[in-house]
Amino acid sequence: MDHDATADVNAPHSMGTTIIGVTYNGGVVLGADSRTSTGMYVANRASDKITQLTDNVYICRSGSAADSQIVSDYVRYFLHQHTIQLGQPATVKVAANLVRLLSYSNKNMLQTGIIVGGWDKYEGGKIYGIPLGGTILEQPFAIGGSGSSYLYGFFDQVWKDNMTKDEAEQLVVKAVSLAIARDGASGGVVRTVIINEEGVTRNFYPGDKLPLWHDELEAHDSLLDILNASNPEPMST
Amino acid sequence: MVVESHETDGEFAGGGLGHTSRSPIVTPVFTDMVSSQTESGLLSSEGESQRTQYPYVTGTSVIGIKYKDGILMAADMGGSYGSTIRYKSVERLKQVGKHSLLGASGEISDFQEILRYLDELILHDNMWDDGNSLGPKEVHNYLTRMMYNRRNKFDPLWNSLVLGGVKNGHKYLGSVSMIGVHFEDNHVATGFGNHLARPILREEWKEDLSFEEGVKLLEKCMRNLLYRDRSAVNKLQIAKITEDGLTISQPYSLKTFWNFGAFQNPTVGAEGSCC
Repeated sequence: MDHDATADVNAPHSMGTTIIGVTYNGGVVLGADSRTSTGMYVANRASDKITQLTDNVYICRSGSAADSQIVSDYVRYFLHQHTIQLGQPATVKVAANLVRLLSYSNKNMLQTGIIVGGWDKYEGGKIYGIPLGGTILEQPFAIGGSGSSYLYGFFDQVWKDNMTKDEAEQLVVKAVSLAIARDGASGGVVRTVIINEEGVTRNFYPGDKLPLWHDELEAHDSLLDILNASNPEPMST
Repeated sequence: MVVESHETDGEFAGGGLGHTSRSPIVTPVFTDMVSSQTESGLLSSEGESQRTQYPYVTGTSVIGIKYKDGILMAADMGGSYGSTIRYKSVERLKQVGKHSLLGASGEISDFQEILRYLDELILHDNMWDDGNSLGPKEVHNYLTRMMYNRRNKFDPLWNSLVLGGVKNGHKYLGSVSMIGVHFEDNHVATGFGNHLARPILREEWKEDLSFEEGVKLLEKCMRNLLYRDRSAVNKLQIAKITEDGLTISQPYSLKTFWNFGAFQNPTVGAEGSCC
């Protein structure tokens, strides 16, 4: 992809994915869809976009799969050495700043937006958003990827501080599911990772178990089941 | 501690063919072993001449004015991502050392990097421990050199900066653009502020404004920007710097006015309209 100097600088690159990170009272919840696309084809319908950096810090990756993977590999490597030197778990802030360093220094070549989330004993649960360009912003919640366009209004309305763990996770699942409904580049299953003082929990919400939104229908095995149901004929002339 | 770092030679054979080399530099700066300036100089080896970046997350106007006791500066807290107003709590006014206040518009990641450079500058200044400290004029000059030199390498820091402060009773207010254009004045602005705020300031600014008059004047400008700048958000901060020190206000919002007769039914009587 050539970077044409006359390109419209007001049009941000769209990134196939929906990723979310929210803080709650006690930790953070990270969430993502599972679709990896190559153009119009879905290369992987069950990818895992929530990647571990350390025991207590995970990231959500969006944008170029290759770029986000390589950044996460380097940061994991540095954090590992840092942890050995430090003698205790790395803080979320350090992890986020390492991601920023790579994203910023290589801004002309990378195309990846990352959400860093985790828990440490100094600051508790924290979320850092690192969009294209390498800006770092600590936020109570962060959304990213092409699917996030559909979630700004949703979060503006629904967000509140100090949710419980279950409220936070339900919010994340609902949000990713809403984005999947409208964004062609997002789909598949919803994965969540909850990080708090106790540890890390991974959850999996398969596509067929997500709520139905406007204009979506319940799934059936076959038309025949509908036809054979006790109620009226759906076929008409 | 051994950390691997890969450096690419800037003089890249075959660069004339126009192929892009993709060898990102990975030098995690755990200690200050590499000066930040050279670090960025080694990066982005996309062939010989094409290096200008694009802004991604941007801040809009900053306005600064001199007043009786020092400098007043205002900026909203928006971080736009193209046409989306993506972030609404970005602090674009920051303290620099004892005597200066920096406001930035443009790419936020570059502003964050500038703050790191300034941090190092102030640190070294303090380490001299000679009772002297960099004033706003010196910081302004440092920023000018930094912006201009990056521009000459076709790798700009994509910001327009406003630098203000007071030292030894002297008030100073200046600005620097991403290409290194710099000047001082009694009132300065960046971006849309140049077109919307400065005409107001040219009419209404005067020597020795009180704090209240200054704030009201800045708010008049910011309100106008809110009406007319698509990337403005209604959450702003006003900062004040005087000989005694610096304060940055809490974020707050301005009332806006829509109740004009002419706004109620603007198309009444127009060709093609209903009445």
